[in-house]
Amino acid sequence: MTVVLETTGLRKSFGGVQVIDDLSVALNEGEALGIVGPNGAGKTTLFNLITGVYRPDAGRVTFKDKDITHLPRQDRCREGIGRTFQIPKPFADMSVFENVLVCAAYGRGMSERASYVRCVETLDLTKLSPKANKQAGALPLLDRKRLELARALAGDPSVLLLDEVAGGLTESEVDALIETIRDLHREGISIIWIEHVVHALLAVVGRIVAISFGRNLIEGDPNEVMCSDEVQACYMGGTPI
Amino acid sequence: MSVLELQEVDVFYGDFQALFKVSFKVEEGQTFACIGANGGGKSTLLRTIAGLQRPTSGKVLFHGDPVDQVPAHDRVGMGIALVPEGRRVFPSLTVFENLQIGAYGGRKGDWNTDSVMELFPLLKPLVKRQASSLSGGEQQALAIGRALMANPQLLLLDEVSLGLAPVVIKRIYEAMVHLVDTGTTILVVEQDVQHVLTVADHVACFLEGRISLEGKPSDLSSEAITAAYFGM
Repeated sequence: MTVVLETTGLRKSFGGVQVIDDLSVALNEGEALGIVGPNGAGKTTLFNLITGVYRPDAGRVTFKDKDITHLPRQDRCREGIGRTFQIPKPFADMSVFENVLVCAAYGRGMSERASYVRCVETLDLTKLSPKANKQAGALPLLDRKRLELARALAGDPSVLLLDEVAGGLTESEVDALIETIRDLHREGISIIWIEHVVHALLAVVGRIVAISFGRNLIEGDPNEVMCSDEVQACYMGGTPI
Repeated sequence: MSVLELQEVDVFYGDFQALFKVSFKVEEGQTFACIGANGGGKSTLLRTIAGLQRPTSGKVLFHGDPVDQVPAHDRVGMGIALVPEGRRVFPSLTVFENLQIGAYGGRKGDWNTDSVMELFPLLKPLVKRQASSLSGGEQQALAIGRALMANPQLLLLDEVSLGLAPVVIKRIYEAMVHLVDTGTTILVVEQDVQHVLTVADHVACFLEGRISLEGKPSDLSSEAITAAYFGM
């Protein structure tokens, strides 16, 4: 197995608060990896360190064997790391198509022609084609989540970071989203998915890393991790089995 | 007398009608759950009750009195508090300051910063932190705590479990039972239908701006709920 993305010994503090404390996560090529952990464990901060929103105090981020720890975030995006955000913030007054086009053109530096082609592909992948000309601000939640995915995918990333995409969706909408994420995974995209909707995560990922207080807690087979005493105690709130 | 009554409420966003002649009553001490697909009008309903949205026709009654002309900030003082969709904490203020703002209506009651911290121990170590530095789930807990600080008679919870770890959701559901025991009435919007039906004593299913099904969870079959949910 080839590791496509890896963080080694990451540390990050804000003021006196150690949010990430010696965190190491590796993503294999073509893998779908889930991240779980209590609120405030540092899950989103991990994404912010991988994508370059924050610089770590210590540790390294490597992508395709290249040290990207000091690369600015736009360059990491262009190298092929795409991400979604917890609260979708599309350009509300622009159409769905235009929103995705911006990400293809600027997120990957594609030519105008290539951007248009990629845009059509992306809308197809995320099942948004029928809504391409709709104003983004008027979309219902599931479509806003799909647009969030489409924007991340527009740059044709090899690694996709998903931050709580299933939250706020109804059960049937979650099922529809699971299908789409499975399709993306089948296309060969490597995925790291942070999600509190546990059943959605279990339907897709092949491995889970649980973190707590910014540290690695336990990792491995999804069901074993979720049933472990550690995760039951700090995350699920169940009685240890 | 009902704590809350809606009479044929219509709400528009520009040309778009979000609620169509919605009528229902919420009795004191009830936990009233609003379920339904996204775009059904549930958040609009809560915003209308809180005073953030004006109905174009129809009435909102609180303890029998119309409150349509009462601005949102005065409704807080009357005992209506909203946990809005998308957290909406004050990003530049600390956790403590955010909670203090929740109490500005000056209503007396059991809720203060200490009891909120007891409910959400995860907020305890964060009390001096700026709200913008909190994680998504921590902000959600803060938003709920801020609403409780108003010591509301009627608590409006929009997407209460969104972004929270299962262990915290469990706590919130336990707290809802406790809140009702202390006389609070709760109107909750929730996507986790099975979970919310374990605490609700009345449920209304919203579909495209109308109530498609209403009743006691024990009287409703899961088939009827599914049908109302999808409009079949």
